[in-house]
Amino acid sequence: MRHVISVLVQDHPRVLNRITSLFARRGFNLESLAVGTTHVPGLSRISLVVSGDDHTLEQVEKQLNRLIEVLKVTDHSEPHVERELCLVKVHVAGVEERLAIKDIQEAFRARVVDVAQKSLILELTGDSGKVGSFIEALRPFGILEVMRTGAVAMSRGERTLKVREKREAV
Amino acid sequence: MKGAEVLLKALEREGVEVIFGHPGGAIMPTYDALYDSKIRHILVRHEQGGVHAATAYARASGRVGVVMATSGPGALNLVTGLADALMDSTPVVAITGNVPRALIGTDAFQEADVTGVTMPITKHNYLVQDVNDLPRVVREAFHIAATGRPGPVLIDIPKDVQLSEFTGSFEVELDLPGYKPTLKGHPKQIERALDALEKAERPILMVGGGAQHAHGELLAFAERTGLPVITTLMGLGAFPGNHPLWLGMPGMHGTVAANRAIHHADVILAIGLRFDDRVTGKVSRFAPHAHTIIHVDIDPAEIGKVVRTHIPIVGDARQVLREMLKGAKPLRLATWWRELEEWRTRYPLRWKPRPHLQSQEVIRAFAEATGGHAIVTTGVGQHQMFAAQFFPVTRPRSFLTSGGLGTMGVGLPFAIGAKVARPEELVIDFDGDGSFQMTLQELATLVKYKLDVKVVVLNNGYLGMVRQWQDLFHAKRYSEVYLADSNPDFARLAEAYGIRGVKVERKEDLMKGVEAVLSADGPVVAEFKVYHEEGVFPMIPAGGAAEDMIIEHPAEKEEVEA
Ligand SMILES: Cc1ncc(C[n+]2csc(CCOP(=O)(O)OP(=O)(O)O)c2C)c(N)n1
Ligand SMILES: [Mg+2]
Repeated sequence: MRHVISVLVQDHPRVLNRITSLFARRGFNLESLAVGTTHVPGLSRISLVVSGDDHTLEQVEKQLNRLIEVLKVTDHSEPHVERELCLVKVHVAGVEERLAIKDIQEAFRARVVDVAQKSLILELTGDSGKVGSFIEALRPFGILEVMRTGAVAMSRGERTLKVREKREAV
Repeated sequence: MKGAEVLLKALEREGVEVIFGHPGGAIMPTYDALYDSKIRHILVRHEQGGVHAATAYARASGRVGVVMATSGPGALNLVTGLADALMDSTPVVAITGNVPRALIGTDAFQEADVTGVTMPITKHNYLVQDVNDLPRVVREAFHIAATGRPGPVLIDIPKDVQLSEFTGSFEVELDLPGYKPTLKGHPKQIERALDALEKAERPILMVGGGAQHAHGELLAFAERTGLPVITTLMGLGAFPGNHPLWLGMPGMHGTVAANRAIHHADVILAIGLRFDDRVTGKVSRFAPHAHTIIHVDIDPAEIGKVVRTHIPIVGDARQVLREMLKGAKPLRLATWWRELEEWRTRYPLRWKPRPHLQSQEVIRAFAEATGGHAIVTTGVGQHQMFAAQFFPVTRPRSFLTSGGLGTMGVGLPFAIGAKVARPEELVIDFDGDGSFQMTLQELATLVKYKLDVKVVVLNNGYLGMVRQWQDLFHAKRYSEVYLADSNPDFARLAEAYGIRGVKVERKEDLMKGVEAVLSADGPVVAEFKVYHEEGVFPMIPAGGAAEDMIIEHPAEKEEVEA
């Protein structure tokens, strides 16, 4: 099963290294990883897409929690918003293709962010499924490059990834 | 005040009395400051010896062991020992020098990415970039090493940071918002656990290294309930090895009684252990009749990692046992004990006597001569298992061995660390001829600090444990395990260091040899030439289950069903 996990960390040097090294060492399957700073100075937030059975996911969460610089781990099983940003550079053979690509762009609500004689860069935001379909739709035209950020996620409603203690107090 | 002095002052504030270490270029400012410090330094001959000694110091004393090394090669020599300390959950702080900050990343002389290399084999590590961070980093390192599930922490300090002028403060607060170990077990779960035990017909209590500090509570709990107790290799000594409730060690070379008890148990209370594969064998066939497994561990990640757990209790073994003791009642286990007693008397640990001198009888002779009253260290191999089987220690923190990593060569440095920690104790290293040769340079450390350690080399002329597997599972194809053609004369080697050497070759000289070792004033290296075709039994082959237990060598075969 595919899981999206958010991890709140202290943005110390090598903290990302600790997380990827943990995944490598324990043989966890990491599909994507996205990281960025937060509104709180000193804290970064990481979104991980992980696949595995329940036992593996339980271990992923527990092993992440063992890292000293990890403050909070959430497996987004509850209603949440998931988004990925994708840039696709697609080949444009002629006017006909340009029009066909425009149709796809509109259907997906993508944006054109670069126009050249023989290519376009399209930008799309959406969940991973939508991004995947978008890429497939463009494939017949000749995809030159793709860059996906990997999913980022956030719980819906009041629930937040608060900087509260990750384990019960002593 | 310079960084190096700040470091030593911070160590003093942590109560550090001893550092095991070896100097070199990038740590020289700290060694210069050490010259004026009241902290004792034990100069080892190889950094690996230092980290193992610090590990044993920690395990024998319950305090944090400290080791120090220079950059690059010095720090990398710590790698095995750090991994060993991590696997066996031992609090160690390693301090390493590194090249000056400006040279980091340039492939400078003796530069290595030590924080990178040690990331997966430490509980945490630090690269100190600012001299003013030193007091906080040291405070955090000791806190992290010693609390929760203990483990090694490394502090890497560039040389120029050691030389920088300090303008900070020693009054530091721990700032570890992501680190809050749970110590107190959940009352509801404790209640459920007691309830399950009360209803059990064939319950057992299994304890590991995480219960070494809880020996008092453990004894009280076992005696109150009457539960049979099984101690893992790391748990030896947490419960007295001469107690009627003790069934011995489980797993690959465990007792028949312990393994059968696990096989037939309906409720298992496991405390401070992690169900290593050497204990469980094939997990799907482990404890097939246990409908309730209660797992007490301070590390939540261990619970449910290997075996399915029905009642998880995250907490410190000692605190949880104290709580459990409040509700513990004597259990009615007479029928169960009759079965256990039958297995125990029918299959005691034993060996087939041969005309040759045998490892088992050597160890048994030392156990009898000392009344089990010693700190025992071992290498890794057959001799290690024989020591676990035939030297039943009766006190906690007295059986120091490499459990999780199985590191050959820990015997002598462990003995050094133990003797430094508890100088009043008799310390015996039961070592293998192979294992001993991995770190025997530390004999010089015995001499330098007049450490009265008794090294008993069980010389079978082979990498015996590997030979045993080749014998059983590789059609006796003895590939690269023969040592006897090139082993040194261990007694004369000791004498070259100025250490008393003893050599025993014949069965009839055994007692004389034991006497010579124990009565010697000062360190001894005693070589016992033992039978080379011995096997360690009982044995559950790797990946097997209790039912696959081999009690004696197949050639002298007697298999039992569980
Ligand atoms: C550093 C290291 N290398 C290799 C091994 C694999 N190994 C396990 S036991 C053993 C043989 C040990 O020989 P010895 O110390 O003579 O003990 P014996 O089994 O003969 O009693 C070996 C090579 C190990 N555990 N550690
Ligand atoms: Mg040997």
